[in-house]
Amino acid sequence: MKNALGSVDTVLLLGGRSEIGLAIVERLVRDGARKVVLASRDPGETPPVIGAAEVHLLEFDASAPETHGEVVEAAAKLVGDLDVIIPAFGVLGSQEAYDADPVAAARAVAVNYGGHVSMGLFAARRLREQGHGTLVVLSSVAGIRVRRANFVYGSAKAGLDGFAQGLGDAVHGSGARVMVVRPGFVVGRMTKGMSPAPLSSTPGQVADAVVAGLRSGAEVVWVPGALRAMFAVMRVLPRAVWRRMPR
Amino acid sequence: MTLLTGWGRTAPTVARVARPRSSEEVAELVRRASERGVVPRGLGRAYGDAAQNAGGLVLDCTGLTTWSLDESTGLVTAGAGISLHDLMTALVSKGWFVPVTPGTRHVTVGGAVAADVHGKNHHVDSSFGAHVRSLTLVTADGGSRTVTPADELFWATVGGMGLTGVIVEAVFQCVPIETSRVRVDVERTRDLDHTLETMTATDDRYRYTVAWIDLLASGARLGRSVLTRGDHASRAELPRGTEPLAFAPRTRLKAPPWAPNGLLNPLTVRAFNEAWYRKSRPATGLIQEIGPFFHPLDFVEGWNRVYGSNGFVQYQFVVPFGQEATLRRIVSRLSAEGVVSFLTVLKRFGPGTPGMLSFPMPGWTLALDIPAGRVGLARLLREFDEWVMEAGGRLYLAKDSRMSAQALATMYPRLDEWRKIRDEADQGGVFRSDLARRLAL
Repeated sequence: MKNALGSVDTVLLLGGRSEIGLAIVERLVRDGARKVVLASRDPGETPPVIGAAEVHLLEFDASAPETHGEVVEAAAKLVGDLDVIIPAFGVLGSQEAYDADPVAAARAVAVNYGGHVSMGLFAARRLREQGHGTLVVLSSVAGIRVRRANFVYGSAKAGLDGFAQGLGDAVHGSGARVMVVRPGFVVGRMTKGMSPAPLSSTPGQVADAVVAGLRSGAEVVWVPGALRAMFAVMRVLPRAVWRRMPR
Repeated sequence: MTLLTGWGRTAPTVARVARPRSSEEVAELVRRASERGVVPRGLGRAYGDAAQNAGGLVLDCTGLTTWSLDESTGLVTAGAGISLHDLMTALVSKGWFVPVTPGTRHVTVGGAVAADVHGKNHHVDSSFGAHVRSLTLVTADGGSRTVTPADELFWATVGGMGLTGVIVEAVFQCVPIETSRVRVDVERTRDLDHTLETMTATDDRYRYTVAWIDLLASGARLGRSVLTRGDHASRAELPRGTEPLAFAPRTRLKAPPWAPNGLLNPLTVRAFNEAWYRKSRPATGLIQEIGPFFHPLDFVEGWNRVYGSNGFVQYQFVVPFGQEATLRRIVSRLSAEGVVSFLTVLKRFGPGTPGMLSFPMPGWTLALDIPAGRVGLARLLREFDEWVMEAGGRLYLAKDSRMSAQALATMYPRLDEWRKIRDEADQGGVFRSDLARRLAL
């Protein structure tokens, strides 16, 4: 159960190797979370979580939506009520590669969007039944206004962001909550070799913002916060200008 | 489906709420419980998540209001859902008073037993459970069982936070009173040591005592307090023409339905504390009504809303006599941190009851409320938990909304004993609450 000061007891991380995901889990454990379930494609490679009383590993394939429900139930069986569920799986991929291999693009979108839809719905079902708990959806500013430079990835995030908002409204009043997180460019393994965009952040900074959002019960978290104002402008830029955005 | 919180208005969860009107209806609802279980709820005055049950069933027991008084002995048989307020309204005019009342009259008899509540007379009369002669429970199988202080289940239920069965009726001993007034002495103390000395030396002269501490006073005035102590007044002490057993408490103010977060800040609370300290002029033999003396906060309806949407946490601990250093350490730290606590109350406890999860023990108890939005509060309170544990003390479950399961196990050494009895009484785990989940009870 989440306590009065926002500390939680149990966490399910899907995509057990995600830097952002693990950074969130680390902070939640530091704040008192005792039980962690890490679900990933290859549980053997999952890094240790320091300080948690219980860490459970599950096998999980983001690209197989028919298995997502079982993963959520298996996690609940291991640790009881799930206080926070964080689907943190996804692939970035370059636009050039997708242009060259449209099938790969479709597969990436199936994970980045479709995978989150099935996982999000299964997770929300569980949280509704419990009458409490938060689903953390890692969206991106890439989906707030999709850019030419990464429109395959951006369009999946746009879909995900819309899905998460709709889901949040759908579960309103059930005790379950959905928190949408919109980081900008995150410097980390996923973006290795790319030059950071303005207002970029680290996985640790994203995690700090997520934990603060969980405490305050925020519905949307921008990381850094300044991106919110920036994208209020970006969203209304004329198409002719937007098209010329370098990246 | 209803969103529920405790009095502190933190950590809301959703549950189905049913309002049974009889113990038969309670039994039927318990029998039909889903795997998310059932927990009884009274007037929602526990500060944390004790009367919440996310995804499950919450029994609003305020419909169980039958009661009777044996006027020759003062034994009251009361439905679990009747409030101490309603009981007082009926009993005081007949010359009887409840054995123990907490700082609010708006708690139910069931809640008073489940939390084993204490009042200003703890040093003399112990807690509510000490005055209960029998309890009737609806058990996990939907059956009915009456237990007395000779039964283990009785002492697992007193202080058991509603997790051993649904209390539907309690029989308890009331105390005779000549008047509905209290003869009160008010004293101001210079600092914490002076407060402790005065209470130690002279508390036993009074049936009811409490100290309000100005936490924002610092330096030499750290721990300065207003001691309010009194006894039921006799008829001879009342001014002529006073109706001796009149009891008509009024709520005079209503808190606004919303208040901004941060309305209670160091500035406003310091001003309030200063005013309170100055207003409390030393006096002896003041004649006060029951309401203002026992339940000053009931004067403002819905005062918990003043803390804004973030809500607040109550931190109440007890440390045994001899561990005054821990009390001092916590008070200095609170003062140094400038922690905003609207009403900080210090009380000297007498002997506890045999309730396995009952809070009071001989020692000092300090209760404070703090806005939940305060930065760094979680860490500060965890640190206090450690100090309280080292001192052999504990936190009060009816107030708690944030402690850890590990801390609970250290603070309540009889937890396993309680669990064993609970497990026997409730083999299927029917009785569950958010508090029970959070603390792995």
